[in-house]
This record gives sequence, structure tokens and C-alpha cells, in this order.
Amino acid sequence: MAKKITLNMITQRSVEEGVGIVKGKMTPDYFEACSIIEMHDDDVKALGLVPNQLVRVTSECGDVIVKAVKGRQALYPGLAFIPQGVYANQIVPARTQATGEPQYSGFPVTVEPAPVGERRKSTLELVQRAVGMWKGDQ
Amino acid sequence: MAKKIENVGCPFCGVCCDDLVVTVSDDGKKILEVENACIIGSTVFHRAMEDRHALPRLRQPDGTYKEISYDEAIDYTAKVLQKAKKPLIYGFGSTNCEGMAAAAKVAEKAGAVIDNCASICHGSSFLAIFDNGYPSCTLGETKNRADVIVYWGANPAHAHPRHMSRYSIFPRGFFTGKGHKGRKIIVIDPRHTDTAQVADIHLQVKQGHDYDLFDAFRTVLRGHDIPDEVAGVKKEKIVEAVEILKKARFGTIFYGMGLCHSDGRNHNVDIAISLTRDLNDFTKWTIMAMRGHYNITGPGAVWSWQYGFPYCLDLTKRDIAHMNPGETSSVDLAMRDEVDAFINIGTDAAAHFPIEPVKHLRKHPWITIDPHPTMATEISDLHIPVGIVGVEVPGIVYRMDNVPIQYRKVIDAPDGVLNDEELFERIYQRLCELEAEDAAKTPAKTTPEGVRAGE
Repeated sequence: MAKKITLNMITQRSVEEGVGIVKGKMTPDYFEACSIIEMHDDDVKALGLVPNQLVRVTSECGDVIVKAVKGRQALYPGLAFIPQGVYANQIVPARTQATGEPQYSGFPVTVEPAPVGERRKSTLELVQRAVGMWKGDQ
Repeated sequence: MAKKIENVGCPFCGVCCDDLVVTVSDDGKKILEVENACIIGSTVFHRAMEDRHALPRLRQPDGTYKEISYDEAIDYTAKVLQKAKKPLIYGFGSTNCEGMAAAAKVAEKAGAVIDNCASICHGSSFLAIFDNGYPSCTLGETKNRADVIVYWGANPAHAHPRHMSRYSIFPRGFFTGKGHKGRKIIVIDPRHTDTAQVADIHLQVKQGHDYDLFDAFRTVLRGHDIPDEVAGVKKEKIVEAVEILKKARFGTIFYGMGLCHSDGRNHNVDIAISLTRDLNDFTKWTIMAMRGHYNITGPGAVWSWQYGFPYCLDLTKRDIAHMNPGETSSVDLAMRDEVDAFINIGTDAAAHFPIEPVKHLRKHPWITIDPHPTMATEISDLHIPVGIVGVEVPGIVYRMDNVPIQYRKVIDAPDGVLNDEELFERIYQRLCELEAEDAAKTPAKTTPEGVRAGE
């Protein structure tokens, strides 16, 4: 049984993500900037992760495979961060508390090491697959 | 000889740096160098020329795009709008005020819902401001007067890279000649962000508990006792921070998505405004929303002037505007499947909405208006390319402190490419033509008996 922990997720901006947006969401810059998760060292240890290992993050409305990296901006144990964008939005709940704003920050997720053979998907695959337009790598 | 253009505005974040120097080639078609911009701003200019389309592209049955003329694209858009019962026009973070006004005209004619990115960003700030007022200032006042700066749930080191150096922490202003040496910086954030690195005090608030901490600040400010720890922050730290706030000559609270995206939403902003009001019993304090895009403050100003509401505008009853976030907000409309056509302009809803509303919106015609290919163009039925505001198209934009700035163009748009204002004007004209054609087809109504014409 693989280890699994529950964390509180926030998705906000990072400057690398900003550069990625401007360069284009289908560029390697955006992919590397956004398909990551940052956690506290205690949580990384609890999961038994090695640096840059892929993890599966699951929320009430979906899941996404991202890479666990050591960030520059420290979090406290129990808090996790994925930069805003295509990857984060696969798991952000659309509930808005009647304000129009989805729950981009502060929703529970479970994090576990990604099953063997899983990979980080491209932005195009994630979005096109979600709406039934993905035709595979051309 | 290359030409240097000075005082160019940057079309990325809400700081609206207007001191860029852009060097362009002789023929005015290429950008060679960008000075003074942050890494994101300089990338905006350098990428402007790459990855562009000169013609609209229509999705074919086999899933590929085929180039069509602007006339055909405008006709397609007008017909989608005319046929739809409740179309949604959303975006506007990255265009000029002229384009926003023209789009609102189209929305009124088509009976659409028109909404901007504030809907998923600082929309809850609007709700709090309606309820509680907005004791704000301009960024110039902060630069010249403020000796205490608070960043609450905001991380300008990443989201607004030059905010701290232009306006808040580092600049030497008229009454702030010592620059950062004369200023105290307090950062309140659940992460030890890069912004927190330059702070005198960092309060690591428990995520989602900002309201508790604001309440503790207000309680201490009014001379009452608080528990030993509130929202993960020790009492001594809170008391120390409140003392600094009280002793300021002039202070500004900058707040960001940490408040608007967490539990509580508008209530977090509401109490931030109340704290600012309380502080004004002691000294001068102001508060400002860290608006994201360079002109996301624009639609709030333009549409408030046109219709009385800044966002989530329901114009389905044409000239009777109605706004009720939760009901007329884009994400909620999409989740309830209430809209049957979607125009995405000057933003990328496919990337920045949660994926669920994107799936709902994609059930209906989806038109994307954007200079570059984005996630939205990759799933839309029609992509209409336009000129880039601030690079190829001039126009008015509103900075985060509601100060309008005239942006200029530095290079020419690709041949034949329209700007947002021209495009929406032509869609409006086409809607009028279609309406006239329809009216000509149906027989004129006879005047009901007992009603005298002209009365």
C-alpha cells in the first residue's frame, strides 16, 4: 500500500509561471514552471519521496500528476503549493461561495507517489482531453 | 539606425510600469531591445512577433483549423451571438478601454452576459468595497509618503515584480528620502515568500484564517486582550505589528489573492477595510488591491460608467443591466450550464478557469479573440487574432490604483490584423445588419386597436 497524505492546497502565481504564460502555454518553460508541487520537508519525508519524484495529487474534482520539487518559498507542514495555471486547475474546485471566485486556495488534496509508468501530461493533452478533443500526439 | 522609444507602458501586470525604453528596427517591425522591464515584461515585448496569425481560423469537422477572412469570422461571430439565448463574453484583462467599451455595445445588442477576469480575481474586493468603502490612495502617494507597508496575502516579488522597487519599499519619495531604510515592511502570508524575505516582520498566518488575524489586529488596536495565539501567530508578534501600524506617519495595506481566493472571500477584504478605517483613528492609513493584469481595473471603470456595475453584467434584458455575482458570474453560469455561447477575449479561460466550467462551456460554440495561440484557441471553434495592446495598439489602461495611463504602440501589427475595438465595432455593425434582415423578413406588426400611434 503506497503512502498517501492529505494536505491543504494553495494555487497562486510564481514569476516562472508568469514568464511561461508570456512565452506560451505550450512551451517547455511553462511546462516546467507549472507542473510542479512544493511541500514542507516533513510531508516529503512522510511520503518517502526522492527529489523530483512524480506524485499524484487528487482533490474532490480531479487528479493531476506533477513533480515534487523543493521550492525557494517555505511552507509550513500540511500546506502544499502548485503554481496557478493548467495543472493546478485540473484539481481546483469550482465552488465559489456565491462570489464568482473558485476555491483556488485552501482545498483538501491527497498526495501519493505516482504509479510506475505515469507521466506528466502536456498542457494541450490535459485541456483537449478534458473537452474530448485530444487526438494523441501528432 | 534603430529607433529608441521612451516612456513605454508595459502590458503585463497591474503595476503598469510606464518607464520602459524599447528599441525598434528602422522599418518599425521588430523589437530589438527592452530596457527597465522585469523578466516578464521584457518577454512580452520579445515574444510579440513570434507565433502570430494574420487571419482568423475556423475549426473544421476533422478538428483542424482552416484560415478564413475577417469578414467571414465577423459574420460567424455575429450569427453565434444572434442565435444564442444567453451568450457570455468574458476576459478583458489584457486589452484597452476602447475595446472594452466596444465589446459592451456588442453585449447589449446581443443580450449577453459580459464579465471580466475580476470575476475570478478581485471580484470579491468589489463586493467588500460596495459594502464597506475603499479608503485608498494612488501609488504615487504611497511612494512619496508611506513609511509602513503591509503586504497581506500578496506576493509582489513574483506577481508584480517591480511593485516594490517602483512604489512601495525601495524608492526615495518626496517625504521618504531614506528609501527602504526609512520604511517598515510587514508581510502576512502562509508561505515564507520571496516578498517575506525583504520584510521586517513576517507573520506566517494559518492558511484560510486571515479573518481571525484581522480581527485580532482590530481587537489589539482597540486596547483589548487577545488569546496567546491567533491563526497560528503568537500574541507578542501581533501586538508588535499593531504598534508599528499605529506609529506610522502614512501606511498602505496591499492585499492580494490570499484574501480573495481563500475561504471567506469578500469578508476577508471587508475586515481589511475595517482595519484600515480603525487605523485612521490613530494615523493615516490606506488600502489597495493588488490588481493582476495591466488593465483589469479598466473594465471596472468603463462598465461602471456605461452601466453602473463593474463586472458580472447581465445585459440579457438589453438596456436593463443587472449584476449578482454567484448568479451572473462566469464560473457559476458555466457550472449551471446557463450560457449557450462563449466569447473569450484578452484572457485564457481554458487555462485559468478550473477544468469543470471549461468542460461545460465547451458544449457550446466557443470563440477566442487573442493575439497568440493559447489553451483557449486550441479548443475553440474560431480563433480571431488581434493586435497586442501596448505593443502594436495604443489605448487607455487603468493602473491598479485607478489611474488611467495612455499606452502607446511601438511596432506595427502584422498586415491586415484588426485591433479589439475595430473588431467589436464590426461585429456590432454585422449584428445590426442581421437584425435589419430579420425585421424585413417578418411582416410589420399592425397597431393594436385602441392604441393611438405617436402617443
